[in-house]
Amino acid sequence: MANTMTIPAVQETPELRARLDRIWETPKGFAGWLSSVDHKSIGIRYIVTAFALLVIGGIEALIMRLQLARPNQQILTPAQYNELFTMHGISMIFWYASPILSGFSNYLWPLILGSRDMAFPRLNALSYWIYLFSGVFLYAAFAIGIAPNAGWFDYVPYANQQYNPGQGIDVYAMALILLGISTTVGAINFVVTLMRTRAAGMSINRMPILVWGTLTASAGNILAVPAVSLAFFLLWLDRRFGTHFYDVPAGGQPLLWQHLFWMFGHPWVYAIVLPAMGMVSDGLPTFCRRPLVGYTLVALATVLTMVIGFGVWVHHMFATGLPDIGMSFFSAASFVIVIPSAVAVFAWTATIALGRPQLTTAFLFFASTIVLFVIGGVSGFMTASVPADWQFTDTYFIVAHIHYVLIGINVFPVLGALYYWFPKMSGRMLSERLGQWNFWLMFIGFNLAFLPMHLTGLWGMPRRVYTYGADFGWNTLNMITTIGSFVLALGVLLLIVNVVMSLFRGAAAGPNPWDAATLECATPSPPPPYNFAVLPTVASRHPLWEDRLQESDERSRITVGPALDNGREALATSPIDAQPDAILKMPEDSYAPLVLGLALSALFVSMLAMSLPGVLCSFAVGLIAMLIWLWPAGLSFRPLRTTDG
Amino acid sequence: MAGIRESSIGIAALPATAIIYSGPAFADPPLSYLSAFGPKADSTASLTWGLLIISILVTAVMTGLVIWAIFRKRAPVSGPGPEPETHHISTFNIFGWGLGLTALILAGCVGWTMMTLAAIDQPPKTPAVNIEVTGNQWWWRVRYLNDEPSKNFDTANEMHIPAGEPVKVTLRSEDVIHSFWVPSLSGKTDVIPGQLNTTWIEAREPGTYQGQCGEYCGLQHAHMQFKVIADKPADYLAWRDNQLKLAPTPAPGDPQAGLVVFEKRCGACHAVRGTMAGGYLGPNLSHLMTRSTLAAGTLPADQGDLAGWISDPQSVKPGTRMPHVPLSGDEMQLVITYLSSLN
Repeated sequence: MANTMTIPAVQETPELRARLDRIWETPKGFAGWLSSVDHKSIGIRYIVTAFALLVIGGIEALIMRLQLARPNQQILTPAQYNELFTMHGISMIFWYASPILSGFSNYLWPLILGSRDMAFPRLNALSYWIYLFSGVFLYAAFAIGIAPNAGWFDYVPYANQQYNPGQGIDVYAMALILLGISTTVGAINFVVTLMRTRAAGMSINRMPILVWGTLTASAGNILAVPAVSLAFFLLWLDRRFGTHFYDVPAGGQPLLWQHLFWMFGHPWVYAIVLPAMGMVSDGLPTFCRRPLVGYTLVALATVLTMVIGFGVWVHHMFATGLPDIGMSFFSAASFVIVIPSAVAVFAWTATIALGRPQLTTAFLFFASTIVLFVIGGVSGFMTASVPADWQFTDTYFIVAHIHYVLIGINVFPVLGALYYWFPKMSGRMLSERLGQWNFWLMFIGFNLAFLPMHLTGLWGMPRRVYTYGADFGWNTLNMITTIGSFVLALGVLLLIVNVVMSLFRGAAAGPNPWDAATLECATPSPPPPYNFAVLPTVASRHPLWEDRLQESDERSRITVGPALDNGREALATSPIDAQPDAILKMPEDSYAPLVLGLALSALFVSMLAMSLPGVLCSFAVGLIAMLIWLWPAGLSFRPLRTTDG
Repeated sequence: MAGIRESSIGIAALPATAIIYSGPAFADPPLSYLSAFGPKADSTASLTWGLLIISILVTAVMTGLVIWAIFRKRAPVSGPGPEPETHHISTFNIFGWGLGLTALILAGCVGWTMMTLAAIDQPPKTPAVNIEVTGNQWWWRVRYLNDEPSKNFDTANEMHIPAGEPVKVTLRSEDVIHSFWVPSLSGKTDVIPGQLNTTWIEAREPGTYQGQCGEYCGLQHAHMQFKVIADKPADYLAWRDNQLKLAPTPAPGDPQAGLVVFEKRCGACHAVRGTMAGGYLGPNLSHLMTRSTLAAGTLPADQGDLAGWISDPQSVKPGTRMPHVPLSGDEMQLVITYLSSLN
């Protein structure tokens, strides 16, 4: 241990805080904002951007619901309708559902893990910039009338050049591959952050479930995203360079696309619900005034869901004429995945039953998730059955199912999380009175829109039709769904009103407004740029409840610990037991991620435009940005031994 | 279309089915798969109902449990909450029973699924009738196959089958992916270019069964419908023999003149048996007036709609591959007169 050093634990003081402020502060003004690598700032940007995409996708849905409110309407042409449902799906699934979770996890992880930032702050900034630019790219094309129209699943050969000329599909392909880079670097950052920067003592059996969820989702993304990026890259080659991967007359295979797409697509579904389920697992106990029931089972179930989730993709392809024997395997796996999902449902229900719930808005969102998850779960269970799925598939039954999953287990928990953590982010409470209205309007509107839709599907209404005849029996059901969707939208509008009003007039939050148990509530609201003045040491799963739960004699230490105030520094700990083993030098703010993000986006725009000079230029700019980014700046990695004194 | 299934009999696979199903609110929507009209759909519908009832029960129980849990020991919303505390409980009591029961139900459903799959994989006996259905943007070519090629014939968007007999359907696509779906007789089988899929259908009783393309295929996916008409065996044979005949020779005068215009202006895409019109791109029109709809379910097959369709296909079915062929008023009248004679 020749190079190890020992750092003393100190008491936090105002002088220390002032010194850390100077070290960690981002320069003021817009220029400083552009260069910031602070995870809290990046997290909030993610949340705001993803929420904007949710609103845009929602408006697209409302326009479609007007068209479908009554039979044989002509508010939209078939071409417009097809573009709208495609953009709606793409926006919600890719540009809202996953980024919103990245936003919360970005904001919360270092706070919950008792650290100063993510493991790779600049990579974190890059991940956000690429996400933003890919979204701008997609919608800039839409604004000038270039939109994909083959659905978010983009099946070939309909998406091939022959049947789909124009640039819409290429825009989708380029934007999604670009977004895939963002997702992948973000996922790698989460995994390393978890492995290396947890507070001392936060062994893996003490991590909040949100962390388990995001870790699992990130691992899933790292494995799944390459499949879809490859699928879209091959499609782009087919469309622009005349290769024949999906070109049927030349021996290409339509099912190749479906396999690649769903090998990604189904794990992705779990990646966009597991972190949200983690929010419920962490938020619900706070309002139930007791720890989560069955922590270990829930953590294991989270991981198990993802593992099984990689073996069920063929249930999207039951009708494609695959052999029965092969489908039986995927059918059984799709049934089995119910079990780890049921673990979470039982754990949450038991937590409420054994606690003393406070019916705050956040609680209502979290608790309603249980019911919505059950409904989305049982309809998913039904589609696991091959012969039954031959009827369900591509009808509104599946539309209802996917919305119970994505709204029920993503939007509802996310809004619960917003009510729960908005005070931490802004220092102000959201209005509970508006919150209750917000919740009930959304809950009633959502169920009014989507519960009857199951019947619309059972009565045979196919998905993705721009209109329907008056004599199919779907008229009343569709009208109800349209009314419900507008009630839901009104609820979202109230949420926006609540956020805007509370930002200016909300009650002061204080560090721990809900008397929660986890580390983020030991910081002021909003937290300072360095999060913790001294790095905490964790002794249990519930650091702030230890005195009252009396589960052991050990106590977490939050106001005494290593100060690490020689420039931007964080503590590295071992992956399983979280024993401190090094000091990490953290990077300064930098424009390099922004420039690299711009260069990468320019690269993809140039590829879309088939401009070789453009490709070369953006490549060169990107290289320079990387050079600046990685230029040695006295960063070092020092092994370390801490003292207890 | 409410009375389209003249002799529809709802299945009563489960006792509950019959009770739920008999309500007047559940009148039979033409594409509903909650009721079945042939052996293949019967097994699937029983399974669907079984899964549906399990799902409704699970939802009811869990919703009840959540509500009970919430109202069991509520704490006031405002003000500091109660002190956090742990009531240690046996994890097995919660998870053991719940997961055990869940696993049991799931195992049952896997078994039921596999049994159903095995039961409907092949028709109960060798199909007597062999149909090749080809998906096109946005209509269905229907070809009846016979061991003697001279007894093959083409029609479109409507297929007649003998009731009580399994029928083999071979599926091809000429462009993108479609899906062949007659909910009351069978679930979907995708129609994939470069790949031959097969399925089978059987109707227990004579009747008309609605079909629909089940995979998004572009602008007019909505209007890619078809009908399966199950006839008594004798009626089916009569229909088939009529289809095998050459198209009726037009009467002298207007119908005769109509044929001339048709051959010249429409014959490049459409075929009519026994005339110069031999096109393959569009539907075969030899016995057009024996069908009930035009343009794959977009319009009823009557003279007025026929004229509207021919004079402006794009406004009737935006995106359709049928071009606007400029015909004078007289020509149009002649063509309509001729087409109306094709029984």
